[in-house]
Amino acid sequence: MSPNALELKAVRKSFGNTEIIRGTDLAIPRGERHAVIGPNGAGKSTLFNLISGRFPVNSGAILLNGEDITGLKPFEINRKGLSRSFQITNLFYNLSVFENLRCAVLWSLGYRYSFWHRLNGLREPQRRAEEVMHRIGLTRRRNVAAGVLSYAEQRALEIGITIAGGAAAILLDEPTAGMNRSETAAAVELVRSVTEGKTLIMVEHDMGVVFDLADRISVLVYGEIIASGRPEEIRANPAVQEAYLGALHKEVAHA
Amino acid sequence: MAAGVLRYQPLNLARWIIWGGTAVLMAALPLVFTQGFAITVISQMGVAIIFTLSYNMLLGQSGMLSFGHAVYSGLGAYIAVHTLNLAAKGQFWMPVSLLPLVGGLAGAFFGVLFGYVTTKRAGTTFAMITLGIGELVGSCSLMFPDFFGGEGGITTNRVFGQPFLGITFGPAIQVYYLIALWCIASMALMYAWSHTPLGRMANAVRDNPERAEFVGYDTQKVRWLTLIISAFFAGIAGALTAINFEIVTAENVSAVRSGGVLLAAFIGGVGFFFGPIIGACVFVYFVVALSVHTKAWLLYLGLFFMLMVMFAPGGIASLIMMQVQLIARKRFGRIARHYLAAGASGLMVLAALILTVEMTYKISVDSATGTLMKLFGMEFDAAAGTAWAVAIGLWIVGGWLFNLACLRVARVWGEIQTEFVEGRA
Ligand SMILES: Nc1ncnc2c1ncn2[C@@H]1O[C@H](COP(=O)(O)OP(=O)(O)OP(=O)(O)O)[C@@H](O)[C@H]1O
Ligand SMILES: [Mg+2]
Repeated sequence: MSPNALELKAVRKSFGNTEIIRGTDLAIPRGERHAVIGPNGAGKSTLFNLISGRFPVNSGAILLNGEDITGLKPFEINRKGLSRSFQITNLFYNLSVFENLRCAVLWSLGYRYSFWHRLNGLREPQRRAEEVMHRIGLTRRRNVAAGVLSYAEQRALEIGITIAGGAAAILLDEPTAGMNRSETAAAVELVRSVTEGKTLIMVEHDMGVVFDLADRISVLVYGEIIASGRPEEIRANPAVQEAYLGALHKEVAHA
Repeated sequence: MAAGVLRYQPLNLARWIIWGGTAVLMAALPLVFTQGFAITVISQMGVAIIFTLSYNMLLGQSGMLSFGHAVYSGLGAYIAVHTLNLAAKGQFWMPVSLLPLVGGLAGAFFGVLFGYVTTKRAGTTFAMITLGIGELVGSCSLMFPDFFGGEGGITTNRVFGQPFLGITFGPAIQVYYLIALWCIASMALMYAWSHTPLGRMANAVRDNPERAEFVGYDTQKVRWLTLIISAFFAGIAGALTAINFEIVTAENVSAVRSGGVLLAAFIGGVGFFFGPIIGACVFVYFVVALSVHTKAWLLYLGLFFMLMVMFAPGGIASLIMMQVQLIARKRFGRIARHYLAAGASGLMVLAALILTVEMTYKISVDSATGTLMKLFGMEFDAAAGTAWAVAIGLWIVGGWLFNLACLRVARVWGEIQTEFVEGRA
């Protein structure tokens, strides 16, 4: 088996005439926590959409545990052990918090399309959903519809749905976006604990979070990875400072 | 964990009471309504309940708006009627009581076939394809008279062979009890379905098909399987119709039927399991019972549907649940007298409406026998000015009072809701 959980080989993607991902190579070893950073519009979310099968690639290959998953449907990729969250919250809005999480564990527990099991008689899905609900701190909100949760609660549920199925590779697209300082700290701890022993790939704008969580960082600018390495290497890389960190620091200074 | 188990106890008890009560009610109805016509009406209600619930499996539970659901009930009815005729000829053994199963399997078969095409897509595309399939089957009914029976349809006789325990299915009451049994079984099974992994994932696919794909589900397959099961129950309803009327015509697969079930589901409310049950009964009342009393029944049905969509888009079920919420929190008493006022003035408006509609029908459509008519136990001349003056008076006074009462209801309702929100904060 390949030592890499995920591998991208010369992946390209265009929307119309604009090439958004321009020949990306990336190899992420199993068990690594990897952050993808880059300015707005660099193509980070698009990269996630390609890996998770939401969009087809124009060329190149994507490998999960050494197996080619290019061109597979999202549900096929999910069944192979890759789960993702969304930058723009994407929940089952009319279902309760508990039902959202239970839906997220059903396939992985082998219940598939069963119409001969009584849901409330199934212990394991219930236990798993409740465990995740506890971890993301939403037990109090068990029976509340996802659509009426507060923003921070919805973000927590977004992460909960992603991790509930127990996938070995987890993609989180800006898990802390829009959170205040204490919410962010809680989210970081949550992400750290739930990805223990798993492979994590995360898009994140908050540099504190990135340097705190990531084993390695890749910097994506205009659809190209300009640098990849350990946090201190990235921090010291002049090209990165030029293209991204510098600009960001200026932004922060202005704000 | 123990607390979690305990918490479900009263709910289970309530469930037993509701299901048991329904069964007792269905068994007792013919003892209360003994006239032949009443038996016809409640028999048709039983069939309509199965059909409308099966429809709501698609619409309310899975977010699939179908314009061709009669295809499954209708083809189920045709297969059932042919099976019945063959069995009557002694080609094979098939008791009438099990015929609905044949209809169900036929419905499911066509669900597999047509559903494979329709459920490839969701949303508007799905709705359009179901419309197309409906037209396709509708036109087939004229092209293959051997199977569909052309203009006259296929007739049958449900009484054949030796009676079993004295049951021949000759008398309408025996057919009613057959329908009642299948109805309660279908209701229970469809309710159970909504609490299975597939049923819950159908809800998830309705809410957010994209996310469902990212938790491992092929949304197309969820829709397809759901449609097959829904078509199975539609087929059961179709076979019961065939037994009940002893005739199946092209009308059974027509767009009119498909539209009717959509109407019934909406009136009852697609957001709750019991909504379509109420909708089916109201719909049958309009179509079967009201049509005996007035030629304008379709107009009343249309008006009622329009008012429901405009003022209670959640259907009758959501109106009921709103009151349940008030009762549970002990606020119903405060609003009840305003309901009473609205109800009384609403009756005046209703009387004005009926008077106007019936007099108009009398004059414009039905004047060959003169303009004398009978309504509310009174005899009068529809062409006379006094009758119209009464109608106009009712419109003005009733409308004014009704408007006042509705404003009251809305105000008190708003106050109570504010209290709820403040109580929570
Ligand atoms: N479905 C699409 N069709 C057309 N263009 C798209 C589509 N999705 C993304 N793009 C374009 O691709 C570019 C990259 O978008 P993407 O969302 O991947 O950026 P990002 O790095 O995630 O940015 P942000 O930090 O703002 O989330 C943008 O210019 C965007 O407009
Ligand atoms: Mg993005």
